[in-house]
Amino acid sequence: MSASSRIAHATGSVFALPARAVEPLMAGLQRLIGIKRMPWFFLLPNLAAVILFSLLPVFVNIYYSFTGSDRLYPSERPFIGTYNYETLLDCGNYLDPSTCSRDLFWRALGNSLVFVPTQVAAMIGIALLTAICLNGDIRGRGFFRGVFFFPVMLSPVVVALTWQWILQRTGVLNGMLTSLGLDPVNWLVHANSAFFWSVFVTVWAHMGFYTIILLAGLQAIPRDVYEAAKMDSANHWRVFTRITLPLLRPVLLVVFILAVIRSVQTFDELYVLTGGGPGSATLLMVQYIYEIGFAIQPRNFGLAAAASLLLGVVLLVFTLVQLRVSKGSNNG
Amino acid sequence: MADLSLARSEGGVRALLLGRRGRGKVTLSDILTYGYLLLGVLVMFAPVAWVVLSSFKTPAALQEFPPTLLPYSTEQVVVEGFDQTLPLFNVTTESGEVVQLAQIRRVGLNAQMIDPANPQAGRITVPVANAAPVRKVHFAVENYSQLLSSSGSDIWRFVFNSLFITVAATVITLIMNSMAAFALSKYRFRGEGLALVAILSTLMIPATVVLVPTYLIVAQLGLVNNLWGVILPTVATPTGVFLLRQYMLTIPDELIEAARMDHASEWRIFWRIILPLSSPALAVVAIFSILSRWNDFLLPLVVLNRREVFTLQLALASYQDENVVRYEQLLAMTTLTALPLAFAFIFLQRYITSGIASTGIK
Amino acid sequence: MQRFRLRLSCALGALVLASSPVLAQQITVVCDDLGFGCNTMQPIADRFMEENPGKTVNLEVVPYQSMLESLPVQLASGQGPDAAIVTDLGGLSRYYLDLTPYVDPDLFNSNFERTLQWLRGGDATSTAINGMPTSLTVNGGYVNLTLFEQAGVAVPEEGATWEEWAEATRQVAEATGTDFAMEMDRSGHRFASLAISYGAELVDEAGNPVVDDGLRAAIEQFVAWHQDGTMPMDLWGAVGGATHRELFSDFLNANTVLYFGGSWTLSQMDQEVGDLFDWKVIPAPCGPSSCTVMPGGGALVAFQHTAQPELVGEFINYLAEPQNLSEVLAAAVEIPAASSLIESGIEYPGSSERTQEALSTFIAQIPKMAPAAYRFQGWRYQRAMMNALTTRISQVLNGELEVDGAMDRIKQDVNLAIEAAKAQ
Repeated sequence: MSASSRIAHATGSVFALPARAVEPLMAGLQRLIGIKRMPWFFLLPNLAAVILFSLLPVFVNIYYSFTGSDRLYPSERPFIGTYNYETLLDCGNYLDPSTCSRDLFWRALGNSLVFVPTQVAAMIGIALLTAICLNGDIRGRGFFRGVFFFPVMLSPVVVALTWQWILQRTGVLNGMLTSLGLDPVNWLVHANSAFFWSVFVTVWAHMGFYTIILLAGLQAIPRDVYEAAKMDSANHWRVFTRITLPLLRPVLLVVFILAVIRSVQTFDELYVLTGGGPGSATLLMVQYIYEIGFAIQPRNFGLAAAASLLLGVVLLVFTLVQLRVSKGSNNG
Repeated sequence: MADLSLARSEGGVRALLLGRRGRGKVTLSDILTYGYLLLGVLVMFAPVAWVVLSSFKTPAALQEFPPTLLPYSTEQVVVEGFDQTLPLFNVTTESGEVVQLAQIRRVGLNAQMIDPANPQAGRITVPVANAAPVRKVHFAVENYSQLLSSSGSDIWRFVFNSLFITVAATVITLIMNSMAAFALSKYRFRGEGLALVAILSTLMIPATVVLVPTYLIVAQLGLVNNLWGVILPTVATPTGVFLLRQYMLTIPDELIEAARMDHASEWRIFWRIILPLSSPALAVVAIFSILSRWNDFLLPLVVLNRREVFTLQLALASYQDENVVRYEQLLAMTTLTALPLAFAFIFLQRYITSGIASTGIK
Repeated sequence: MQRFRLRLSCALGALVLASSPVLAQQITVVCDDLGFGCNTMQPIADRFMEENPGKTVNLEVVPYQSMLESLPVQLASGQGPDAAIVTDLGGLSRYYLDLTPYVDPDLFNSNFERTLQWLRGGDATSTAINGMPTSLTVNGGYVNLTLFEQAGVAVPEEGATWEEWAEATRQVAEATGTDFAMEMDRSGHRFASLAISYGAELVDEAGNPVVDDGLRAAIEQFVAWHQDGTMPMDLWGAVGGATHRELFSDFLNANTVLYFGGSWTLSQMDQEVGDLFDWKVIPAPCGPSSCTVMPGGGALVAFQHTAQPELVGEFINYLAEPQNLSEVLAAAVEIPAASSLIESGIEYPGSSERTQEALSTFIAQIPKMAPAAYRFQGWRYQRAMMNALTTRISQVLNGELEVDGAMDRIKQDVNLAIEAAKAQ
């Protein structure tokens, strides 16, 4: 019995008892509503939760964005039309944030446009490299996998404080530099190095998750494909580009979409690590939304909601294009 | 069993050095692989280890620069005639020899010291530059005991609340997400695309942004200060549906057709065929759900305001006030709350490993 | 579904009715457990319950962050505890219960004359007693006397200006090889101390933001100190947005000669510096306009939705009695807000001599505080202004803005916040 079937068996027996009671009920249900409606039955619980706890809040947010004051209850908020959108989009010159009425919104947008591609590329590149190394014929794979996954378990605040604490002028990294006779470097004071460390720390914290998914994808590639390639004495790079990458494509797409979406949502780690600084060099969209909507009294829910909806529209378009492109290439 | 592993480990060092499980020569790619992985261990693990080590430092030791690897504290001695213990110093005398003295008080550049072995000899004035504190490794367990005492005897209640939320949310998430994923991957029906977009579009909503409306809805449902008020809003994870759907797409439809031939109901097909085959993806979703629910902070913070429903994360969050962050407590809390996760991971790792390994459809 | 709901609420109603006689004499007060909080108030609460059988006061510890993030949302939806110790005094003022009928108004008005105004949300005509200010925090500078002694530089006397302090600490830093002369928490509140000393008004009588020459002078001076290395970039230069950041460890490690923080780090000084070097708290450095540091602090307030206004009032009144208040303050090692206690002084039996001396220096600054400082502290839009200060000054330090641009932005930011809150 292989390990996998043992697990399937174990999980099977765990589920067996309640399942036996449920099955006749479900069969009856199927007779009642017909097989055509069964997919809706399967969908219903999840869809209901999504509508109630995700989509409804978004609609409340849309309402917020057209109303003013710092009141919480929608009924207490006066209608102000598109005022919030107007202030956000009010710019003398869209390429120069300092001419905009809400300059920090545009700086955040600009930073996000640089941060997201950089971070996603680094994330997927490193996660893929790690997954390939772990997929090799190596000793202690479990240990290594654990090590790479470990940071995923830490809460964002802890990740940020740990690294802030490592990187600050009196941190352990500078402590090591000093003991090597080098000058300490103020890592988070310069815009470029702060940006680098923002990317580094977020990749550090999340790459384990993507590594695991990619590793699963790699292990799903049948060994015989590689054996065949070995016969043809193809070199490593050729095997990678001609066999691994094409076969990994569906998994890579999953990883890519997840990574982009979560990269756009990057917030907690950087909020604690740099606070968006120095100046506004690492200020990203969600932090901007958080600050105007929550961190500063009086809370401006309306403006925060408007900004988040603009962000949401951009993301939605992006994802739809992605899905369309991938669907097209799958069919073709 | 022991014999077996002994036999296996014979030449294990050699095999480890050579980097191959079987025989064979070391290739450049092996060296690169191990080099990369060891670098990974350093970069990924060292900061975590540093957090754990630092959680045993006293506040004073935490503020030190350059920081020491191990937690140290100055040794204290009891000297006759003094109520409080006094810190011990290694003092270099003018003749160059080193003696141990206890410091009574420091004034500017000089310190008043006393010989703990011979307190009758009276006070000695020593220039500060010639004195170095005697330090020993000291694990400041008090960081932990303070933290635990701040949550009082209720600690098990908080652990229970956290566990309840984590387990209930994860079980519901797995069932609901896999049902939805099944519908979205194995059926063609009108509205499928719309439902998929509706669920996936919520991926794009940062939780921070909808916190306030979410609270309003929870409040309308009367679930404030109720553990279900934290569980229900989090169960419909779009990531879970997405991962499971992508995975289920790879399960051949022939299996389902064959089962239908045998007059299996749709539920039976889902429960008996699709679910077991999806166990690798389920394992990933489970891990992810456990991690997020256990570490959840913002939603519980807003929804749960009575101590009897606090989670561990909330109860231990007393490391901060308006102006001060108490790092020693924060670090202890981190270590303490990450510990169960680490164990869970070590335990589940085998399952994930083999689960993921079985992904190859054979 | 509706019917089920109805039945459920009937059942719940019956439950509440049945149990209400028991609950009648019980209130819940939430607070955090640092300083003047649940732990230090517990003995007083115990005594109160002993003296008033049948009345229960539950002190419930919650994280500080819960006060910040969760309490406003709870209150807005009509829920939350009966009373709490809060720090966002102006922002929550619309939920406060006027305690005038339930407490001794003379005791409150004489003791908290200036601080009660902070609880009125900027309404200058109000005479409501919206709570009891618990303790004051005072901004202030700590200096490393040992470094001064090593450098052979005289410590500036009381009445020395910010420039004189900068000059003296620079000399000390140079002579002793210390990294930096001065540091200041990255906090709009700390900066306001400097700004008001330089003549900035920040807010006028009508509650409008004021961006004046005093503020410009303060910002220019502050930027100059960062450029010439008197202050490190780590705090104000490295962090963006509204994030609060402190680096007191620099002072504890003698990496800076002067650290401008506040009274809350005193206990840390005692525990962690001990005898390692000599230090003291300095009197408020002077600017061209005044020698002012900002006050701050929390207040115990009751909320309008409470079902037990008499009991809450009775408890707060009990706590406000001088001997009870001083007992809590002594245990918390904090500075009183009550003027009678400021005059009579409090004994802090558990603290070292140095700490007591430092506390008395802090207390001595209270009468010197400029009216602008009190007005700013009680302003409803104070946090919007402080956030604009930190954000924009950090941008100036990083070359993203000129001082002029920053001044315009600060005014604009605050006006937009006011406008949005009023929704015009």
